[in-house]
Amino acid sequence: AEAAELRARLRAVRHTVLVLSGKGGVGKSTFSALLAHGLAADETKQVALLDIDICGPSIPKMMGLEGEQVHQSGSGWSPVYVEENLGVMSVGFLLSSPDDAVIWRGPKKNGLIKQFLRDVDWGEVDYLIVDTPPGTSDEHLSIVQYLSATHIDGAVIVTTPQEVSLQDVRKEINFCRKVKLPIIGVVENMSGFVCPKCKSESQIFPPTTGGAEKMCQNMNVSLLGKVPLDPLIGRSCDRGQSFLAEAPESPATLSYRNIIQRIQEYCEQHHLQEEKIM
Amino acid sequence: LAERTNLAGVQHILLVLSGKGGVGKSTLSTELALALRNAGKRVGILDVDLCGPSIPRMLRVQDSAVHQCDSGWVPVFVGQDKAIALMSIGFLLERPDDAVVWRGPKKNALIKQFVTDVAWGDLDFLIVDTPPGTSDEHISTVEALRPHQPLGAILVTTPQ
Repeated sequence: AEAAELRARLRAVRHTVLVLSGKGGVGKSTFSALLAHGLAADETKQVALLDIDICGPSIPKMMGLEGEQVHQSGSGWSPVYVEENLGVMSVGFLLSSPDDAVIWRGPKKNGLIKQFLRDVDWGEVDYLIVDTPPGTSDEHLSIVQYLSATHIDGAVIVTTPQEVSLQDVRKEINFCRKVKLPIIGVVENMSGFVCPKCKSESQIFPPTTGGAEKMCQNMNVSLLGKVPLDPLIGRSCDRGQSFLAEAPESPATLSYRNIIQRIQEYCEQHHLQEEKIM
Repeated sequence: LAERTNLAGVQHILLVLSGKGGVGKSTLSTELALALRNAGKRVGILDVDLCGPSIPRMLRVQDSAVHQCDSGWVPVFVGQDKAIALMSIGFLLERPDDAVVWRGPKKNALIKQFVTDVAWGDLDFLIVDTPPGTSDEHISTVEALRPHQPLGAILVTTPQ
């Protein structure tokens, strides 16, 4: 009956993309936020961004929605809208103060994630993007389990170039395989830094074992793209602005846009294939 | 008579926490352990990041295995003089890329074991490296360590 409830609620969602890592601090939330902004630039598309990082929800701040509250209506919880076609849900909106720690064990976290999926009235959605915390634990198992009521197009896995990140990301790739979650591809963030003054390039996080490129080759997954470090990214996140809008000429923006396009193409193709099979 | 616990010989227990991932907790834990060792202290590291254990690679012992003794598990001895004691789930994986896909209760059980069943011996400092967040690992680690009166926590962040 629960599965039926979830299925009913998620029936109007066309595409679902999970943003995962394994490693913390590599830019999952940043990427999720920009993916949402990028997709919502097409006003004909309805985009939903669900933040299931319950201990460290970054999405409200990154989307400029700190301090917003969730409203209830007859049809369920209302997402908080950034644009008319971009709605957001996060535990961040449920806290009385942004510094309140959510010190919950797994089962309680799972309960909230289920509520997010069951009780939020997303309406008709073209893209549901789910931002996750680092790791391979309760939140990840639960979201895959609950979303099996609908259809997940796939996961985008975010990393940075150094081996300490890659070793966690390989585990995440194996997690996806274990739970039969298709992998759309890998994004390598913080991939080099070009000095805006002298234009020379530095590897702030040297890819000592070949970076995401080598890892993707070895594990037979797609490398969606590499995004260079740009201090404006961090600043835009802190200010709740879309980096893509704030720095349209940045090489990082170009990379992000290419990656977003590849994800869109994957989802559309996937849909066509599914329809053919049916 | 109470049995001598595995933590009875540990003078100071320090937790390294953040909340945020990727800010350098494991890096700091490793550097702190090495610096204390250099200063002549007896040091151990307990890595309770079960999903993303970074310490073994940072100390170049990712291929090591743990052994059992009468009082529990023997930590892996690392560092130049093999004098830093380390315990991490990294040593218990069959393959380094195996994902540890456990829900809270299973994680809690292993953390309790890591706290009570590792034969640390006599240490001046035991540094406990944690994963990001405020969840199962943190609650269980603090609960299991409380009777041993940890010295305190070091919080790591980045500027943004």
